[in-house]
Amino acid sequence: MYNQTEVIKDTSELGAEGELIINMGPQHPATHGVLHLVVTLNGETIKKIEPHLGYIHRSIEKMCESLTYRQFIYVTSRMDYLSSHINNLGCALLVEKGMQIEVPERAKYVRVILSELTRIASHELWLGAMAMDLGAFTPFFYAFREREMITDIMEETCGARLTMNYIVPGGLMYDIHPDFQKKVKAFITQFKAKVTEYEDLVTNNIIFQSRTKGVGVLTAEDAISFGCTGPVARASGVSCDIRKLYPYDVYDKVEFDEVIETAGDSFARYMVRVKEMNQSIRIIEQLIDTIPEGDFVGKTKNVLKLPKGEFYTRVETARGEFGIYVVSEGGTTPHRIKFRSPGFSNLSALNHMAAGSKIGDLMATMGTLDLVIPDIDR
Amino acid sequence: MTNEEIKEYIPSIAPNAILDETGEWLNITIEPSELKSFATALKEGKLQMNYLFCVTCVDWKTHLTMVYHLSATTHRQSIVVKANVNREAPEIETLSGLWKTANFLEREVFEMFGVNFLNHPDLRKLILEDDFKGYPLRKDFEDPINMIKL
Repeated sequence: MYNQTEVIKDTSELGAEGELIINMGPQHPATHGVLHLVVTLNGETIKKIEPHLGYIHRSIEKMCESLTYRQFIYVTSRMDYLSSHINNLGCALLVEKGMQIEVPERAKYVRVILSELTRIASHELWLGAMAMDLGAFTPFFYAFREREMITDIMEETCGARLTMNYIVPGGLMYDIHPDFQKKVKAFITQFKAKVTEYEDLVTNNIIFQSRTKGVGVLTAEDAISFGCTGPVARASGVSCDIRKLYPYDVYDKVEFDEVIETAGDSFARYMVRVKEMNQSIRIIEQLIDTIPEGDFVGKTKNVLKLPKGEFYTRVETARGEFGIYVVSEGGTTPHRIKFRSPGFSNLSALNHMAAGSKIGDLMATMGTLDLVIPDIDR
Repeated sequence: MTNEEIKEYIPSIAPNAILDETGEWLNITIEPSELKSFATALKEGKLQMNYLFCVTCVDWKTHLTMVYHLSATTHRQSIVVKANVNREAPEIETLSGLWKTANFLEREVFEMFGVNFLNHPDLRKLILEDDFKGYPLRKDFEDPINMIKL
């Protein structure tokens, strides 16, 4: 065990000649958060990457043990802040499953639409940030132009732009804004017209392609062994979309394709996310005109008590499978709660993917993992 | 493959296992000493449980329970494997040789609950500081800043 605060180790201490240890992070423009990677280099070739976590660890699992089943949802927005709706949805589904709460159809439709809007917003942010990591600054502004429309819709309906806390056990906190459908349709029109610009700017860009193709390859066997989910696993040809495998809310009523690529490299992970945005649009289009009238929240008791037992739910966030495991003793607070965060498992594959490649390619590999650090540290 | 088939198959690889069907998935409780061989049989045998998606631990104040959630990319049935370890000197065999994801997940359990994973390739703290004392997710942990009162 060595000291984490050490900046650079003297190479003479190490046995191997020419070996250099670089501390990337915790403050680094490309880690998009406080992630600390200890990279062992031999010349320009990466020998080993060790992630050091915990710079934003808040012990959310321990906090949740003292929070009630109505309160703990609000903490989960602070984990994967780019998928906060979907995190909230996972918690709501868990309480609904445990207590057999009926959810009105209207709420189910709105939840799925909001989840897909969240997914698009998350992928947009990732697209801009990832292109910026590789040196292309312009796509960032293009991506944020569309993302801004989504955050405006969220602000109007949920009252918040980032940590929404809008989905509650039983349905929604309050009804959607009267302009919701109109604004979502305006967004769809805008997005469809502008999505080709991403293709021109990034996908067909020869520099981008040569920097991502064949970089950070992850085979299907390794993706499964490392527990990877979401776009990372789907780019390696592993079918793992929770929306398809274990449908929740109204995902079994809509038609969409699970995007699967087989190359397993950074470019494949990029392509999966870009195609997923189009699939999300497809889902929203099927639901937006048919939101049923009626209640937006089902009947629930004031004090929620989960029966004694164990519960597990999983939802598909923008990063992969988000699982919630609750051990209940029948009280108002959980005895133990565990959040299975997709980023944590995806990060564990980083060393395997990047070892042997050049330090310059690390940005492409790490960028396409789409890490959100508060989600990993919890 | 259905849950019934899994239930019938388990006793052939672990005769002493205790099965519990009250939850959503089949719960299998085994002795910690049998974990490694049982897990190997699950992964490489008929069930092909190649996807370990969650490893955690629960503190019951009298003992700790290791919980492994397993699934398979072929038949998509999930099972839960549990092993009770004592609280004073918890020890259990590592599964990082079978599933690579176990490496990180077990390091997290190690620092949060103090479970010692035998033959783990790299058992160090992952999230907490190097000099952190105590095991925060245990029920008797006293938080010095007193942010969380149970």
